[in-house]
Amino acid sequence: MIEVMTANYAAAYAVKLARVGVIAAYPITPQSSISEKLAEMYVKGELHGKYFLVESEHSAMSMLIGASYAGARTFTATSSHGLALMHEMLFWAVGARRPIVMAVVARALAPPWNIWGDHMDVMSERDTGWMQFFCENNQETLDTILMAYKISENRSVMLPSMVIEDGFILSHTYEAVDIPDQDEVDDFLPPFDPEWKIDFNDPRRFGGLTMPDWWSEFRYRIALDQEVARKKIVEVDKEFERKFGRSYGGLVEFYNCDDAEVALVLAGSAVGTAKEVSDKMRERGKKVGVVKLKTFRPFPAEELKKLNDMVPVVGVFDRSYTFGYGGALYSEVRNGIYDPAGGALVKNYVGGMGGKDFTPKNMEFIFEDLLRIKKEGKVDKMVEWINIKDGTGRW
Amino acid sequence: MVNIPKFTIPKEEYVCKGHSACPGCGTPLALRYTLKALGKRTVLNIPAGCGGVILGVWPSYALKVPVVDNAFECTAAVADGIRAGFDVLGVEDAYVVGWAGDGGTVDIGLQALSAAVDRNANIIYIMLDNEAYMNTGIQKSGCTPIGAWTTTTPVADEKGWNTSPKKRIMEMLVANGIVYGATVNVAFPEDFIARLREAKDIKGTKFIHVLAPCTPGWRIDPKKSIEVARLATQTGIFPLYKVENGRYSLTKEIKNRKPVREYLMLQGRFRHLKEEAINQIQKIVDEEYARLLKKIKDTNE
Amino acid sequence: MVEAPKTYKDLPSTPITFFTTEDNKTGTWRTIRPVIDKEKCTRCYICWKFCPDLSIEVEKEGDYPNVDYDHCKGCGICANECPSNAITMEKEMEK
Repeated sequence: MIEVMTANYAAAYAVKLARVGVIAAYPITPQSSISEKLAEMYVKGELHGKYFLVESEHSAMSMLIGASYAGARTFTATSSHGLALMHEMLFWAVGARRPIVMAVVARALAPPWNIWGDHMDVMSERDTGWMQFFCENNQETLDTILMAYKISENRSVMLPSMVIEDGFILSHTYEAVDIPDQDEVDDFLPPFDPEWKIDFNDPRRFGGLTMPDWWSEFRYRIALDQEVARKKIVEVDKEFERKFGRSYGGLVEFYNCDDAEVALVLAGSAVGTAKEVSDKMRERGKKVGVVKLKTFRPFPAEELKKLNDMVPVVGVFDRSYTFGYGGALYSEVRNGIYDPAGGALVKNYVGGMGGKDFTPKNMEFIFEDLLRIKKEGKVDKMVEWINIKDGTGRW
Repeated sequence: MVNIPKFTIPKEEYVCKGHSACPGCGTPLALRYTLKALGKRTVLNIPAGCGGVILGVWPSYALKVPVVDNAFECTAAVADGIRAGFDVLGVEDAYVVGWAGDGGTVDIGLQALSAAVDRNANIIYIMLDNEAYMNTGIQKSGCTPIGAWTTTTPVADEKGWNTSPKKRIMEMLVANGIVYGATVNVAFPEDFIARLREAKDIKGTKFIHVLAPCTPGWRIDPKKSIEVARLATQTGIFPLYKVENGRYSLTKEIKNRKPVREYLMLQGRFRHLKEEAINQIQKIVDEEYARLLKKIKDTNE
Repeated sequence: MVEAPKTYKDLPSTPITFFTTEDNKTGTWRTIRPVIDKEKCTRCYICWKFCPDLSIEVEKEGDYPNVDYDHCKGCGICANECPSNAITMEKEMEK
């Protein structure tokens, strides 16, 4: 059934279809309409599970960890400061190996106060051990939540997932979304059946004090299981495509890259803009490719390495910044594709932060800049901030 | 007829030997009594603190019921989450216990606890009050009493000890609308178990405030642990009472309250106090006790 | 009998415990030991009730209490609380 809706509503429909058992909700812009839609569904008796109002994002995540230990499938959604407040419990969810799925409606962190979209919040949680999936559009948001449960709850993975949709750009923008049938989703996503949960007949202690002699081994297991997840993500994407006819490339999607002269790596809603600009530029004979980073953790370094054989110059577009260095995607991509024998030149573009429009014109600037670098054979500067009021009038 | 000696509390044990509590610690007793009252189908969730350390080190632990460890401030939220999970999965006849220390409750955990009471979460919240952050090395908490030395309220030249009163957590939760609250003391096990049995099947949030001595933190001889705890109630410093839907009542009548000096002078943490300070504490305790009696009177009219 | 994990490969996906602490012989912490005088003991079980270390054992009602010296930490609560003064704390032999 196709309906026109925002990514936030699409997320709520995914939660309903996934038959989530326990939902913990706390409002924050631009996430709130997910919580509101779920509340409405709950009151109407449309949800499989229970819906709880908590007093903070910290408690939302805490509650879900408890519910997941009891054996329930769990969901919450947050943004920005809410995600930052959860930070402690994000580590806890990973260490406890609870396959919670959370929608993160990516937004800037204050001050100055700003409710609009960028990736600062999600990039700051890179090292928690959560899997991180970016979404390009509303359909992808719904589909990714369904896939995320399947990946997270796999007994060889047992790690939580963040499904990231860009604040306002997706969260509050209406698009046509195909809502799959419940039967089809049930067939794709079986009930949560964890190997270990609270059992009065087999009492255990979960996550108790562990001395230095074994603590690293538990961390090593998480590292290895992220590697398992890498394979499962691709498998689940393929299975999803077989069932529902849609695929998102699993880890990475290469678009217009086969004969490209330069390529731009990016994540989230800006991918759509990049694809469109790439198409248009190709009509004018400018062969520019787009690399959509679907999955940020686990990071698809091997897949991205192919870029060295495809193009001599790679751009990386960041909607966030690691102060004192560069964009987070940039440093990951550059490190990931590093080839001691040479490899592609890499330049970082930073923009679209705090909700600033990132326009096709801005995108075209990046592609033109990459083509220039290709011609000149060297990168002029490591990082370029896009569309900054720098007095040059070039924007 | 010969009198056969009887156990005055249940025989069943759900705490294992070999736990890591200091000699004379009140916490394992509180765990013993709690689980004797609640039984096998009980899950504890325990945040950072002595409770987590006492249970031992992976791959072993010292209870015969399931335990979930959690972060410092989220006990009530995790407990309610476990209950939520049980509810959606149809797990019945189970007791979900949040087991936090005084700092983990009245300081860092207060927000989550208040929200759980707000939702009337069907959990038993047990605050193990040893009157400071003991696990981290005896730092002042919101439950540290006036006059006490701690490592963050050190004593120098007869000043510097803790001067802020103990937070009135029970009153906060009563104002919050809690359905059941009670104070218990490890020195009175029969009363302790009676309160938990009374509370366990009430639907909603139950709050149990346990006084449990910390031998290094209170600077007491381990053998005096129970004696000191008993004096806390006998002096009126830690009266035993309960609050049912806002109605206060004493659960242990104290005929002639002993002077607070007897309680204070057994403990190194109070040993710096001079006559004047002791008299002041006596005055505060008398006032607090009178307040309690008034609340009992007012809420039962 | 559950085997203790030997390598990271044996670890469960979730950090769960495998054993109880009963093998942890906390009796080695002790410097003084409780000795029960059964002549004086009235079997009121107050010592059993107040033992934080579960080291005063009573098999069934009517039995005399016994001390589990493998686990008793020697806190002395039992001796302090005994209303009949039936328990004395004696120094551990020097090794």
